[in-house]
Amino acid sequence: MLIDGYVDGELDPIRNREIEQHFQTCPACSTVFDSHRVLRTALRTGSLYRTAPLALRNRVRSSFKPTPTRKSLMGLPQWRWVAVAASLAFVSVLTWRVALFLPAETADHLLIEEVTASHVRSLMVSHLVDIPSSDRHVVKPWFTGKLDFAPSVADLTEQGFPLVGGRLDYVNGRAVAGLVYKRREHVINVFLWPSAATVETRPIAHQGYHLVCWTQSGMTHWAISDLNSRELQEFVHLLQNPPSH
Amino acid sequence: MSLIRKLQPERSSEQDEPSRFEETILPHLDAAYNLARWLTRNDQDAEDMVQEACLRAFKSFDGFYGVQAKAWLLTIVRNTCYTWLGKNRTHDLSTSFDEDLHQAESQAPDPQMLLLRFEDHQALQQALEELPAEFREVLILRELEGLSYKEIADVTGIPPGTVMSRLARARGRLKLSLAARMNKER
Repeated sequence: MLIDGYVDGELDPIRNREIEQHFQTCPACSTVFDSHRVLRTALRTGSLYRTAPLALRNRVRSSFKPTPTRKSLMGLPQWRWVAVAASLAFVSVLTWRVALFLPAETADHLLIEEVTASHVRSLMVSHLVDIPSSDRHVVKPWFTGKLDFAPSVADLTEQGFPLVGGRLDYVNGRAVAGLVYKRREHVINVFLWPSAATVETRPIAHQGYHLVCWTQSGMTHWAISDLNSRELQEFVHLLQNPPSH
Repeated sequence: MSLIRKLQPERSSEQDEPSRFEETILPHLDAAYNLARWLTRNDQDAEDMVQEACLRAFKSFDGFYGVQAKAWLLTIVRNTCYTWLGKNRTHDLSTSFDEDLHQAESQAPDPQMLLLRFEDHQALQQALEELPAEFREVLILRELEGLSYKEIADVTGIPPGTVMSRLARARGRLKLSLAARMNKER
C-alpha cells in the first residue's frame, strides 16, 4: 500500500527514502513497484480518456445563453433566472432534436460555436499542431492522404504572421485542415474545407475572440484568434492576397 | 449585448453570471464527461449525467467562490451519477467482496507479463470497466485526471486516509483481472 503512496508522490521525503532502500533488498516489492509503473503508463497512454463530445459542449454552452428575444422581454431581473433554469432543461433537448431543421442563421451560430470550441481546445489540451513546422513546403504535403483536398498554406513570416504548423481537425461534420499562425504571442487558427457556398468576408466577435469567415477558390475559411480585430483582418487580407516571393 | 448593458447598468453583474459560470465550468467539461462515462459505461447516459450535473452546478453556483472548480464540478458529476446508478443500475453499486481475490492481491503478477497485456488496449479497457465503481472511480481520478489524494477525498467523500488503500486495492484488482484474462486465453 505504501508503494502506491510512493508511486503517487504522496509520501513525505523520509518515507520515500525508506521505500527506495527497501526496494534494494526486497524483490517482491520492487516487482509490485515495476508493475505499478507499467500500469500507470498503460492507463495514461491507452487512449482511455473520454473527451466530451462537441455536441454536448455546445448544448451545455447554449443552455446558459438566454435568447435575445427573451432578454428584451425580460421585465424583472429574477424572471431571467427562472427562464435560464427552465430553458436549460429543454433547450438542451431541443438543440439536438431540431439542429438539422434550424434556419441558416442558427446553423451559422452553431458553426461559430464549433470553430470557437475547436480554437479553445487547440490551446487547452496541448494539441496545437500535429505537424509543427514554419515551412509551408513541409506543412502542405503533410495533409496529403489525410484530407480529400489540398489546403493552401501561406508564408507570412515577413509580414509578422509566422506559420506554426498544421493540424487535422473536425468541424462542420467533416475533417478539415487546421493551420496555425502566430502574431506575437497570439495564436491564430485557420480552418478550411471545400464548399460550394459563397460567403463575403465577414468579421464576427464571439466570447472575446475575433473570427473572420470567407470563401475563396471553392474553400470555406474560418480564422479565429484573441488578436485584435484590426490585425486579424489584416492577416485575412494577406491570406486572400498572398504576397509573391 | 453592449447596448443592453449601457441601458441597464444595474443589472450588469447578473448579466455576467452565465458567462462567469461558463468560464468556470467549460474548461472542465472533458473531465466531467470522462468521469461520467467511466461511471455509467455508456455514451448517452454519460451525456445526460453531465447535463444534469451542469444544471445542478448552475443552481448552486452562488455558493461557489472559484477555488478548485474541477474538483467541485467532479463532485457534482459523481453525486449525479451515483443517484442515477442507484435508481437504474443497482447491481453496479453492490460490490461483491471476493475473499480469494482479496487474498491474491498481495501476490503481484509478473510485470513483464502484464506489460504485454497492458499493450492490449481493449483488454485494459474491459478490465477497467468491470472493476467495481468504487475502485474504478479512484483510478480514473488519479491516473486519468491526475487528482491528488486530497482532491480524490473531496470528490468521492472517502476519508483522506483511505484513498491510498483504496487505490492500492484498485490497482491490485485491475492487475489480477488482467492476469486472469491472460491465463484464460492460454
